[in-house]
Amino acid sequence: MSFRSCPVSLAENMPEVSLSKEEILRYSRHLIMPEVGMEGQLKLKQAKVLLVGAGGLGAPLGLYLAAAGVGRIGMVDFDVVDFTNLQRQVIHGTKDVGRPKLDSAFDSMRDINPFVRLDRFEVPITSENAFSILQDYDIVVDGTDNFPTRYLINDACVILKKPNVYGSIFRFEGQATVFATEQGPCYRCLYPEPPPPGLVPSCAEGGVLGILPGIIGLVQATETVKLILGIGEPLIGRLMLYDALAMRFRELKLRRNPECPVCGDHRTITGLIDYNQFCGVPNHPVEEKPVTGEIEPTEVKAKQDRGDKFTLVDVREVHEYQIAKIPGAVLIPLGELPKRLNELNPDDEIVMHCKMGGRSAKAVELLRQHDFTKVRNMIGGITKWSDTVDPGVPKY
Amino acid sequence: MARILIPTALRQFAEKHDNVELPGATVGDVLHALTTRFPDLKKNLYSDEGKLRSFVNVYLNDEDIRYINKESSPVTDSDVLSIVPSIAGGKHA
Repeated sequence: MSFRSCPVSLAENMPEVSLSKEEILRYSRHLIMPEVGMEGQLKLKQAKVLLVGAGGLGAPLGLYLAAAGVGRIGMVDFDVVDFTNLQRQVIHGTKDVGRPKLDSAFDSMRDINPFVRLDRFEVPITSENAFSILQDYDIVVDGTDNFPTRYLINDACVILKKPNVYGSIFRFEGQATVFATEQGPCYRCLYPEPPPPGLVPSCAEGGVLGILPGIIGLVQATETVKLILGIGEPLIGRLMLYDALAMRFRELKLRRNPECPVCGDHRTITGLIDYNQFCGVPNHPVEEKPVTGEIEPTEVKAKQDRGDKFTLVDVREVHEYQIAKIPGAVLIPLGELPKRLNELNPDDEIVMHCKMGGRSAKAVELLRQHDFTKVRNMIGGITKWSDTVDPGVPKY
Repeated sequence: MARILIPTALRQFAEKHDNVELPGATVGDVLHALTTRFPDLKKNLYSDEGKLRSFVNVYLNDEDIRYINKESSPVTDSDVLSIVPSIAGGKHA
C-alpha cells in the first residue's frame, strides 16, 4: 500500500546506519519482535518526526517517541511552563516552572534517550515559516490547541505530502486519526470550516481530564511508530473517538471529500493562506475601546467599602464558585441567567463578573437586551480581583 | 426510537444528557425531535438559514451523513446517531 512507501521511502534513501552495542541493548525488547527487529529499529533511527506543541499531547509523544528510538525529533513551542500545565504535561516537572517548555522537554527526552537528535523551533508556526519547519521531516504530529494552527498544519502537510498524525482533546473526550497520506482524507475533509471564534471552548476554558492527553497522545505516538515501521493497519480514513467517562473507543468512517479545496479533485488552495482570517480571528489584538459599562475590580472593592448600593452577580458555574468566590456576590450561572432574570431588578445598579470577563460580557449584553440600564462588566473577572484586590482569592 | 449520542461540548445545552432516544424516520426527523426537546441546541447545530453547521458532523452509525443521503437518510430503531463537533484541544503553538 502506498502509505507504507510514504514516510519510509525517504529513510531508504539515506546512508547506511547501524546500531551501536549500547543501542542494541537499549532497544532489545523491540529487536526481539520480528515486526520491529533490526530492520524496524533502523527505520526508527532514520525517521524524522516533527511534534507541533510541547503541551498535553506533546508531553507523552516526546517521551515515548524518544524512548522508542526515533532518530530525530523536532519540537515547535514558544511557551514557558506554568503551574497549571503540571496536571497533565508530564514531560515538565515542578522544578521547570518558568522555564521554556522546549528546554524542559528536551532535558526529559535526553535523559530518557541521549541517542536522539532534537531540533528546537521556539517560534509560533505561521504561514511564512511552516514549509521551512516541516520540510525536513517525514511525519508531522499535531498537538496544538487552536483552529488556525490546525488548518495551517493540515494544508502544509497536504501540499508537502507529509502524513499528519492528528489528536484533539476536550474534557473527557478525544479524537485521533491520520490525515494527508497519499490516499487519505485531510482535516478539511472532516471539517471544511472552523467554528466561529468563541463558540467552541478551549481546554483553558472548558477544562480537561489530566490523563486524557496521555491516552490520545499515545494513540498518536503508536500511529507514528506504525507509519515509520510500515506495519499494522494505520488509522487512515478512520476517526477514533474516545470517551473516558464511558471508557469507550468508537470508530467513524472518514472519507476524502472530492470537493475538498486542498486535497480534492479540483484544488483551489495550493499555497498557505491567512489562517487567522480563515478562522475569523483578528490578526492584531483589537484596540480596547473605552466602553462605558466596564469597571475595574479595584473600583468594585471601593464601592463595597463605601457601602454603595449595588448587586454583584457571579455568572460562573457552581463548581467554579466552590473553588473561589468574591464576598457578597450572588451566583447565577450564565446558562441559567435567561430563566432567572426575575431575581434581578432592572433599576438596580448591577456589576457582573466571571473568571476572566468573557462570560460576564455576554451576561451584560443579555441584561441590556432586557432593558437593564445600569449594568457593568468587571474587567478581568475574579482572576484580576485576585491580582489587584485580594491575593488570598485563589486563581485557577 | 433511534439513539442519539450528544458530545461533551453540547451537553450543557441538552440538560446534561449524554444520549437520548428519539423518534423519527430520517436523520432530519430525529435531529428535529432533538432540537424540539432541547431548543438551546438549535443554534449550535444549525445556521440561521436552517442548515447543519459545517463544523458539526452527524454520523449514522459509523457513516458521515454527508456521504449518504444527508438529512433524508432513513433511520431504524437499532441505529445510533452521533454528533461530532470539531474540538481543538492540545497545545497553543
